[in-house]
Amino acid sequence: MAHDERRRPVWVGVATFAVLIVAWFALTTWTSTIGPGRFPSPREAFDALRQIWVQGYADARLPVHALHSAKLVLLGFVAAVGLGVPLGLAMGWSRTCEAFANPTFLLLRPIPPLAWIPLAIVWLGLGDAAKVLVIWFAAFVPAVINSYSGVRSIEPHLVEAARTLGVSRRRMVTEVLIPGALPMIFGGLRLSLQACWTTLVAAELIGAIAGLGHVLYQASLDLFPAMIVVGMVAVAVTAALMTIALDIVERRAMPWRRA
Amino acid sequence: MAQGLTLRDPTAPLPFARWLALTVAGFLAFFAVWWAAAASGLAPPQFLPSPGAVAAQFVELTHTPFVGYTLQQHLASSFGRFALGFGLAAAIGIPLGLMMGWFRALDAIVTPLFDALRFVAPIAWVPFAALWFGTGIGGPVMVIFSGAFPPCVINAYRGARFVEPRFIEAAETLGASNWRMITEVLLPSAVPSIVAGLRVSAGLGWQSLVGAELIVASSGIGYLLVRGQANISTSIVMSGMIAIGLVGFAIDIALRLVERRINRQRGR
Repeated sequence: MAHDERRRPVWVGVATFAVLIVAWFALTTWTSTIGPGRFPSPREAFDALRQIWVQGYADARLPVHALHSAKLVLLGFVAAVGLGVPLGLAMGWSRTCEAFANPTFLLLRPIPPLAWIPLAIVWLGLGDAAKVLVIWFAAFVPAVINSYSGVRSIEPHLVEAARTLGVSRRRMVTEVLIPGALPMIFGGLRLSLQACWTTLVAAELIGAIAGLGHVLYQASLDLFPAMIVVGMVAVAVTAALMTIALDIVERRAMPWRRA
Repeated sequence: MAQGLTLRDPTAPLPFARWLALTVAGFLAFFAVWWAAAASGLAPPQFLPSPGAVAAQFVELTHTPFVGYTLQQHLASSFGRFALGFGLAAAIGIPLGLMMGWFRALDAIVTPLFDALRFVAPIAWVPFAALWFGTGIGGPVMVIFSGAFPPCVINAYRGARFVEPRFIEAAETLGASNWRMITEVLLPSAVPSIVAGLRVSAGLGWQSLVGAELIVASSGIGYLLVRGQANISTSIVMSGMIAIGLVGFAIDIALRLVERRINRQRGR
């Protein structure tokens, strides 16, 4: 059996989804094996989607909720990257800086981002500020750690060569450290974007006035499984779109890596 | 670098004494900033208790019940849910990943589904978890499962895919059945990758547990946080966060020890 890189035939994937959709119809609409109180039929899910798209649900229409959530993630994420990457680069470059800053990370790192939510709510209430703070926490630690390991992963020869050529400190940072650390930084950003999104959905489930998590919360209060499905799909689609956007930024930022 | 004027190389390892001094200074700075912020009176103690007050609260929680249970009892109930969800994820995910690594058809069927489901944040399962399994044990366990499951599958799959082809060929030549191929060739070679996956999965599972308990539960460490938040008692919230961090850290250390031991036995 050739055990090398195998290709998954596309049609199998398509067929799987087709079978699933047929099974969905069969179990709900045709035979009602699964009651409408547990999982919606395709028809109900479609109606729920139309309801939230046209009339709105939980005080707003779907695009408004999605944009609201995406905006908060972007704010917290950008703030965390803006502070975390420079700090990580500094920690990677200077052992003094590393030794001094490391204890704080040792203390904060084991606390999962989700555990900051209650604290953020006590401090800032249920509004947007608390969410941005929590997202910031979710992205900050990975941003620091990955930029730090990124700098440490640079070939020492490169740094030595640059130094021998007498480059200025500024050029050392912009032309050696940042490009060298970028692949790892982006690897970390991808993970932390995922973490940010999870954290935001959790924060919105706990208390919010708008956003996709709020839709999920409202739908579970109303015992409205069709809307829960719509909310979950919306969460997944928005997350996928953000990952794609990050991919595009990554390709722009590292043109030399283009295959 | 002969001249004394040139800068020392900042990437050179520090002398131990200097490293120790800086590390201690780092710890002290963290607590000093916290303490100063609390003592300055800019934030009322209700919102920002001093480190001492949080430590006192932490100790108090270990013997005075808060919302019905002491801190240890909350942790025990959380850990039980965690163990159940994590155990299920490993028990289903690892065999599934190994079989996906061996049977092409299964791989072709499951992978697209898996890729589609991956984008659903584990926390987004909370409403259905509560609807299907209630808010006692079943709901949170399902959320933990959805957080811990993917790394189990992915790492078992990767481990099985990167087995030395020679081993597979040898086993095939000797006429090994599918079952023996999976349990005696793929599984042993995939162990390091599986254990690495378990570490990731335990971390994600523990996080998802906290999320699930924040939203739906009537006991557990996440519930303690929510109640502390509702009482606007920052010191209780912070004590809970410390406990979460400690347990998460302990779980990671335990799995790291297992990982090191296995790798040493295998002579790597």
